[in-house]
Amino acid sequence: MRKKECIAMILAGGQGSRLGNLTRKIAKPAVPFGGKYRIIDFPLSNCHNSGIDTVGVLTQYRPLALHSYIGIGSPWDLDRRDGGVYVLPPYAQEGGAEWYKGTADAIYQNLNFIDMINPNYVLVLSGDHIYNMDYSLMLDHHKKQKAEATISVIEVPWHETSRFGIMNTDEQGRITEFVEKPKEAKSNLASMGIYIFNWRLLRKSLEDDRKNALSSHDFGKDIIPKLLMDGHRLFSYYFKGYWKDVGTVESFWEANMDLLADEPELDLYNPNWRVYSVNPTRPPHYIGVTAKITRSLVSEGCSILGEVEHSVIFPGVHIEEGAIIKDSIVMPYVTIGRDAQIYRGIIGRKSLIEEGALIGSINHEGICVIEENIVIPSDAQILENHMISKQKQVG
Amino acid sequence: MQNVMGIINLNLGQDVLKELTMGRPLAALPFGGRYRLIDFILSNMVNSGMQNVGILVQDKYRALMDHLRSGKEWDLARKRDGLFILPPSPNPCSSGGCRGSVENFYNNLDYIESSRQEYMLIAGSHIVCNLNYRKAFKFHKDMNADITILYKEYDAEDELSQYTILDCQPDGRISDMGSQSSRTVSRKVSMEMYLIEKGLLVELIKDCQARGGWDFVKDVLIKNVDKLKMFGYAYKGYAARIDSIKNYYRHNMDLLRPEKWEELFFKSGLVYTKVKDAAPVKYKENARAFNTMVANGCIIEGRVENSILFRGVKVHKGAYIKDSIIMQKCEIAENAIIENVICDKNVCITQGKWLKGEKNYPLVVTKGTRV
Repeated sequence: MRKKECIAMILAGGQGSRLGNLTRKIAKPAVPFGGKYRIIDFPLSNCHNSGIDTVGVLTQYRPLALHSYIGIGSPWDLDRRDGGVYVLPPYAQEGGAEWYKGTADAIYQNLNFIDMINPNYVLVLSGDHIYNMDYSLMLDHHKKQKAEATISVIEVPWHETSRFGIMNTDEQGRITEFVEKPKEAKSNLASMGIYIFNWRLLRKSLEDDRKNALSSHDFGKDIIPKLLMDGHRLFSYYFKGYWKDVGTVESFWEANMDLLADEPELDLYNPNWRVYSVNPTRPPHYIGVTAKITRSLVSEGCSILGEVEHSVIFPGVHIEEGAIIKDSIVMPYVTIGRDAQIYRGIIGRKSLIEEGALIGSINHEGICVIEENIVIPSDAQILENHMISKQKQVG
Repeated sequence: MQNVMGIINLNLGQDVLKELTMGRPLAALPFGGRYRLIDFILSNMVNSGMQNVGILVQDKYRALMDHLRSGKEWDLARKRDGLFILPPSPNPCSSGGCRGSVENFYNNLDYIESSRQEYMLIAGSHIVCNLNYRKAFKFHKDMNADITILYKEYDAEDELSQYTILDCQPDGRISDMGSQSSRTVSRKVSMEMYLIEKGLLVELIKDCQARGGWDFVKDVLIKNVDKLKMFGYAYKGYAARIDSIKNYYRHNMDLLRPEKWEELFFKSGLVYTKVKDAAPVKYKENARAFNTMVANGCIIEGRVENSILFRGVKVHKGAYIKDSIIMQKCEIAENAIIENVICDKNVCITQGKWLKGEKNYPLVVTKGTRV
């Protein structure tokens, strides 16, 4: 294969257990987002838009939806003769099969893939962050600083520093210290989990890490601290813009709601930075005579006869007359019956909310999550901060 | 229907839509919020199981090529068969372009003869419908027909003077066909969709060419009504014939009736088109929309009623769109008001402008105009 300057490895094997019902059947990167996308569309589109045409996607947890979604990568223009997208699940080898034991181990187990391409640089990404970022600028920075590894950082509010991996840097941006979830932070620059490594160095440190029985094989916890300790040139790359780790139901909901601002920070309408996804074959949506829609995102194939306010509606959703949807996320092919009401709800794919059902309440703070393929019967009332799944079905 | 190849003949009614078909073939005319006319016939063929489709193009087909490219969106980018563009090859005996479909067929006979399929389905792109050809093909074989013509029966009040009318016997056998005249009572209008065995078509085209004929309907079909076993097959679903600006406007508006929307886009298969990767539609604080069809990529802050918005349209604050068709990437600025208007692609209606057409005579704003 032709040599590539830089390839991307997307870590997409995580379960995202804090997303509860949303990831019971699919991996977190496959969770629908923003009225049309799945979370992994963001790193994949960023790769395409940054000119990276060789991408490994490391999968592990419930990979079917993710694998079939990625396919041969054509929606992101990654169906290439030379390079393109490679889906890399764990595999058996002599001596038995093993799972990916950590982010670093996942890359380690695919050293043969990277060797095959033999790039100069490897960009390591997470498959579960929402952001638009030009990785080519980060690579330029990496080269300019003659860095051996570069970590992308973003400013976070000081009171939240204890949730992140925090970088302390000198004036040139060289990282002097990396502290995971510090109680007393010296800086508010948090790691975004986006790394560029010189391939030779990464290869060596992954091999060393593999031999270390005490290591948890994690980039943030093991690889980066070790490189710092050994005195390598690690630099920070300061990213300004929207970036969100949608790790919990609340942050997932918030990130969707962020798109409904008048001028959202994350621009989905920039013709020079398109976010690509698998497009459903659906006609334009129809807004009926009885409908009322404000501050919302609505996708193709929907027919809307009810009232939608401050909500995100995915493709193929039917909302019947008299229904009220507020502050909610309605995933593809959901049907919402006449006079049903949904407040702060997340309704999973292909669920059916029957006539007159009530989910959430105007005064309630919590978020109700309805799993995919669930029928919420007529006149059911789900008021609490509920997660409705197949096992604890109501009615 | 793998044994049937499709030929989409674009040599029909090229300039009937005046401004809207000035820079593009009729087949590339935007329709229904995100499609072009050719998407419907192509999707119908693909959804019926056909895998080899040739398109007989005429002049100005760049817009069409740009839309179709490899045929991937219709699943027609195949190793064998798939999508073929059949251009009018320069023929020394015809200066001034192609005179008729027969000549166009004749110039591409080698493609037709070398195809693997035994049967052909010939159709235009000007009829918008969601039709599965399997039943018609079964009828064609059951009747042992030479040619099967799909037709639609119209109501008594419809004006049919421009169309080809079929006279059928009770079993479907066509006894006569031609334009409407005082003696015809039939209201069965040919949909210009024909099923025919490939060998027979090749023979008929060669024969017709040799005798100097060039019109497929007059010189091939009508002349052979008595000699060949021609049958009519009734199509009972929704079919929109796009042959005038008035009809174009009317049939777009048909889609605002949910039962028509449902039938055209879902009935016997989905309709495929070129993907544009547009974001979902954003309705802002002051948006008001009702009885409207909106394609992805639009940003709406104003008021939209009884209208069709194509992909990437911006409707600013205070703007009011009523009974109109707004094509791709148009911008309707603040406080502009438009009613009964068709805006072609990339039109900008500037702040505070007021544009109004009539229901039966919509105002057409040509591509890229700034008003």
